[in-house]
Amino acid sequence: MEFKVDQKVRYSKTHEWVRVEGGEAVIGISDYAQNKLSDVVFVELPPAGKELKAGAACLVIESVKAAEEVFAPVSGSVVGRNEALEKSPELVNSDPFGQGWLVRVKLAVPAEIDSLMDAAAYTSYLSTL
Amino acid sequence: METRLHGWHVANGARMVDFGGWDMPVQYETGPREEHMRVREAAGLFDIDHMGRLEISGPHAVEFLQRVQTWDISLLKPGRAHYSMILNDSGGILDDIFVYHRTDSWLVVVNASNAPKDTLWLKSHASGLDVSIKDLRAETCMAALQGPAARAVLQALGPKEDLESIGYHHVVERTFAGARVTLCTTGYTGEPGYEILMPAQGCEKFWNAILEAGAPRRLIPCGLAARDSLRAEACLPLYGNEIDETTDPLSAGLVRAAVRLEGHDFIGRRALAALALSPLPRVLVGFEMKEPGVPRHGYSIASGGRVVGKVTTGLFSPSTGKYVGMGYVETGLAGVDTEVSIVIRDAHKAAQVVERPFYTSPHWR
Repeated sequence: MEFKVDQKVRYSKTHEWVRVEGGEAVIGISDYAQNKLSDVVFVELPPAGKELKAGAACLVIESVKAAEEVFAPVSGSVVGRNEALEKSPELVNSDPFGQGWLVRVKLAVPAEIDSLMDAAAYTSYLSTL
Repeated sequence: METRLHGWHVANGARMVDFGGWDMPVQYETGPREEHMRVREAAGLFDIDHMGRLEISGPHAVEFLQRVQTWDISLLKPGRAHYSMILNDSGGILDDIFVYHRTDSWLVVVNASNAPKDTLWLKSHASGLDVSIKDLRAETCMAALQGPAARAVLQALGPKEDLESIGYHHVVERTFAGARVTLCTTGYTGEPGYEILMPAQGCEKFWNAILEAGAPRRLIPCGLAARDSLRAEACLPLYGNEIDETTDPLSAGLVRAAVRLEGHDFIGRRALAALALSPLPRVLVGFEMKEPGVPRHGYSIASGGRVVGKVTTGLFSPSTGKYVGMGYVETGLAGVDTEVSIVIRDAHKAAQVVERPFYTSPHWR
């Protein structure tokens, strides 16, 4: 199966993506991840101001199958939440790199971005799964 | 174990999961939500070849069935079907079943995971009776065609066959695409439709013929995820969730649907009659989340900071757009509108007891 890979974001091994915008970063899950989850029915976002730690569980996505944790790909405090997901959690499925974004954080350790995969590395990583 | 349609599922993009020892399609590429809505609005085709099916016949068939299941089948005319249960001596539910009165035999359809247990139980209670219990799985394949367009789909496959006169909960024989099949107007989705026993030989061809005949009416194959959300919206119990050997038909609220306490003496009847004399400690209810969140099987139901029950099934209901569930609660908290909470990851989320079912199809004639 072919999955979309956004060329402009960085990826974690647990299939989260990060798009850096100035000193902030938008976080979401990849097309591969949303496909594995199946239909998303609820997203439990962290409150604004919450400090996320790279590699630690930061929110929960509930699909028709189960509740799955999402791991923060970078550290930082939550400065934005995708409130549209409350009414339309299925955006995570239909537009994982766009309207299905999850949270926006103020980066605590900008250098963490460098340890994440670029699109080419993520594409080859997907081919090993 | 694999059904006869297993190869078809894999070749057609199904995601397979283990279900009671059977490798079954949980969804196709369409996805559970769309599969669910398609059954509500048009039609869906399900592989239910894993279901257990037994043919009961012989001079003592009626006497035998009256003893081992809860519905009074002397009320069941030939061609009719009824929901029923197999109970143990203490009134616990061994299985929930469907009994079909065919012309000269009875068909009993049981849950896939319970089929070996049921067969042993039934055989052990047949001693001294002239009755034959035959497993029909070797010679038949079983599929369910469900949804408001189900009849039109079958009609397209067999233009000359009379389908219109068949009422709900009936069993008839019909011929489609050259195959003689048993049509049961029963199902597990809350929509009108059919459960079909077709000859095992050529069943994949028949499955494809149904899909082809149904394509103009938006028929698609559907997996277990949609089957589960459809049955949950209709508040049809799932064995292992709402009912099991530690639950009884009274607490599950299924006496009217499945049990005739008078008229015949069945295993578990005395225990049930005794249970009916005193208040039940807990009963099954339906609830709706007042705060968003997905209740799931096994979560605690709380009231006033105290655990008062357990969730048996929970889901986002695609047809109503609500988060709903079923669960057992202390009887005093079972009234409609009672406020409770569901404990989701240590957080108490507000919920309210509501009428069941959560969804009623407008497509019943």
